Amino acid sequence: MNISLLLLAILAMMVLAFQVGRNRAVRVVGGHSHIRHLHSLPAYYGYYAALWVGIPALLLVLLWIGLQERVITILVVEQLPPSLTVALSDGHLSLLINDIKNLATGNITSGKITSEIQAAADHYHQLQSFASIGLWSLVFSIAGLGMSIAWHRTQPAFRARNRVESILLLIMILFSSLAILTTLGIVLSVLFESIQFFQKISWTEFFFGIQWSPQIALRADQVGASGSFGAIPLFTGTLLISGIAMLVAVPIGLLSAIYLSEYASTRVRSIAKPILEILAGIPTVVYGFFAALTVAPLIRDWGEAIGLTVASESALAAGLVMGVMIIPFVSSLSDDVINAVPQSMRDGSYALGATQSETVRRVIFPAALPGIVGGVLLAISRAIGETMIVVMAAGLAANLTANPLASVTTVTVQIVTLLTGDQEFDSAKTLAAFALGLTLFVVTLMLNVIALHIVRKYREQYE
Amino acid sequence: MNTAVQVVNTRIGIVTATDLEQDQSFTRTLGEITSPNARMQCRNINVWYANKQAIKDVSLDIGKHEVVAMIGPSGCGKSTFLRCLNRMNDTIPIARVNGSIKLDGKEILDRGIDVVPLRAQVGMVFQKPNPFPKSIYENIAYGPRIHGLTTSRTELDELVEISLRRAGLWNEVKDRLNQAGTGLSGGQQQRLCIARTIAVSPEVILMDEPCSALDPIATAIIEELIDELRAHYSIAIVTHSMQQAARVSQRTAYFHLGDLVEVGPTEQIFNQPQHKLTEDYITGRFG
Ligand SMILES: Nc1ncnc2c1ncn2[C@@H]1O[C@H](COP(=O)(O)OP(=O)(O)OP(=O)(O)O)[C@@H](O)[C@H]1O
Ligand SMILES: [Mg+2]
Repeated sequence: MNISLLLLAILAMMVLAFQVGRNRAVRVVGGHSHIRHLHSLPAYYGYYAALWVGIPALLLVLLWIGLQERVITILVVEQLPPSLTVALSDGHLSLLINDIKNLATGNITSGKITSEIQAAADHYHQLQSFASIGLWSLVFSIAGLGMSIAWHRTQPAFRARNRVESILLLIMILFSSLAILTTLGIVLSVLFESIQFFQKISWTEFFFGIQWSPQIALRADQVGASGSFGAIPLFTGTLLISGIAMLVAVPIGLLSAIYLSEYASTRVRSIAKPILEILAGIPTVVYGFFAALTVAPLIRDWGEAIGLTVASESALAAGLVMGVMIIPFVSSLSDDVINAVPQSMRDGSYALGATQSETVRRVIFPAALPGIVGGVLLAISRAIGETMIVVMAAGLAANLTANPLASVTTVTVQIVTLLTGDQEFDSAKTLAAFALGLTLFVVTLMLNVIALHIVRKYREQYE
Repeated sequence: MNTAVQVVNTRIGIVTATDLEQDQSFTRTLGEITSPNARMQCRNINVWYANKQAIKDVSLDIGKHEVVAMIGPSGCGKSTFLRCLNRMNDTIPIARVNGSIKLDGKEILDRGIDVVPLRAQVGMVFQKPNPFPKSIYENIAYGPRIHGLTTSRTELDELVEISLRRAGLWNEVKDRLNQAGTGLSGGQQQRLCIARTIAVSPEVILMDEPCSALDPIATAIIEELIDELRAHYSIAIVTHSMQQAARVSQRTAYFHLGDLVEVGPTEQIFNQPQHKLTEDYITGRFG
């Protein structure tokens, strides 16, 4: 509350500084008619002043927020009578501090309120209001200082535009590196957790073991106390479902792309293409319950009608629905590359007496093939990483099988099940999720890099 | 390109009496449209793009062993007319063609005519070289394969060699037939496209500004090639270069805003043009 008010005040001061800076710039050269004597437009002097007022003040607030609590706590603890603290462990001390804080802010405390604690709470309260007053006055004086610097620098020859632009550039660089650093942080944390996992479980077991049952016993003497972490069944399950999905998505996506870009009239195209792309807009959770509640029972009924045993959560159901979900991926990427094949290729082929289908098969398709392969690779990485559909429709049993009618599980499903519910954060079971995540990340990253490389190379061919 | 058309328009805007008469006399093309030894006979061709008429009642013969040059300001319909001859206009949905075109006495504009054998008989070379992104060998073998012209690999090899030889490219590429056709130089690519056309043994070759993307040396090689090809084929060539028309063609046709204004022996068109518009164009007063 206090802080948001302060931020508002800083904002107001920045607006004010902008006005003052701009007017000052105009006045320095002697009125609006002489503006061309200024190096930059007057507004830039305004921005310059606003930045000088705002940025140091904001930095100060940030710093203050980070340190205030700690400094006050140290001061309060120092003031506590030694009789109270001398025999306390770290944990009890922090409990005590908590009590003091709660008392100071008027919340319920856990222990009995002695007079010492009451005194400390009062002290705490007092320090806080000091700090608040200190912060406000410091912010105002820093803002005033900034304003006066900007004021003095506002001279006709001063290059306000260049200054403002370089500051903005700096801010942009800061924010974009923030995004990159976040990504890096995620990758590193996954990496470190995985390293912890591989210290508990050998990587050969993880990558080559064929038994997946990540149960860790509650008591050490329980039967089957050590789970087994062979991820092969997960990999094969993922491959099986992705494979089924690609079997659906690639032919349908490709043929519809060829039809839409080569055969369809513009009218059909203008209607059919958006409809196809709607498929990409359906939330995956909707696909998930469609797979679990409609497709899976249907497949089981049909299978049983012809005497097959079908698990109620079959790889086939999940794969089919995932394939439908990926169709628009394949088709719109293929459509792009097919359209990128120059018309002159088609003309050249027609002029030799080729029919439309010969032209498509022998000229356009081969020319577009690298791009299509790139698109398919992107679709595969999408399929491997897909979670919702498989969580809802593929089941949890880590069977090592190639039978599409059986129930299998995937890497993503296992990550979800490993991390839902109450977990210890350093058990092999939880850490296994990170190892799986890292594997998934590396595989999809590789697929994406290869795919992008292929697509880009192909693009260059005609430019 | 626009300026040329505008100049034409203003000229017609301030016409003299004789200009006007001549403008209206387009119902009859000046000069001799027929050829004693005609391979293709076009009569009263009209082409519309949607509602815009691009070719107006054009009649013209293309003789055997003859190079016919088509010249005229940009946008006058040369390419459009050329594309009628192998029915490439079929690939443009809004284009409509009527009239009569006979190839060796057989009508080709009928709806029922199959364009596949027609386009094998009337080949086409485009303004920008457009080799397929395949090997040099496959570029040439493409046409013979789809038309089933050869029965064995050796026959196909021979056909590829003959075509490349005729196009004057064999010596330059014989050691790298398996390399991409798109890796050749512009002039080589254009000769590759000519070889590709020759490989399906057409009777007529249509060329739409085949040298406009090439440097003078590559142009000279192609012009020489055209002259040699005349021994076997009939050739219709669109060009913006008056000198090129004069060098390679026996007959020249001058198009103007969709009309065929004048046609005749090349020498005569360039030395004694009968129509004022033709004279203005070839003397460089516009275009
Ligand atoms: N695909 C098309 N759709 C609509 N109009 C077209 C199309 N192709 C050509 N035209 C029009 O038909 C007219 C004749 O065009 P064409 O390409 O035959 O001219 P050209 O004589 O070959 O010109 P250039 O010398 O510039 O190649 C032009 O007015 C052009 O705008
Ligand atoms: Mg043209």
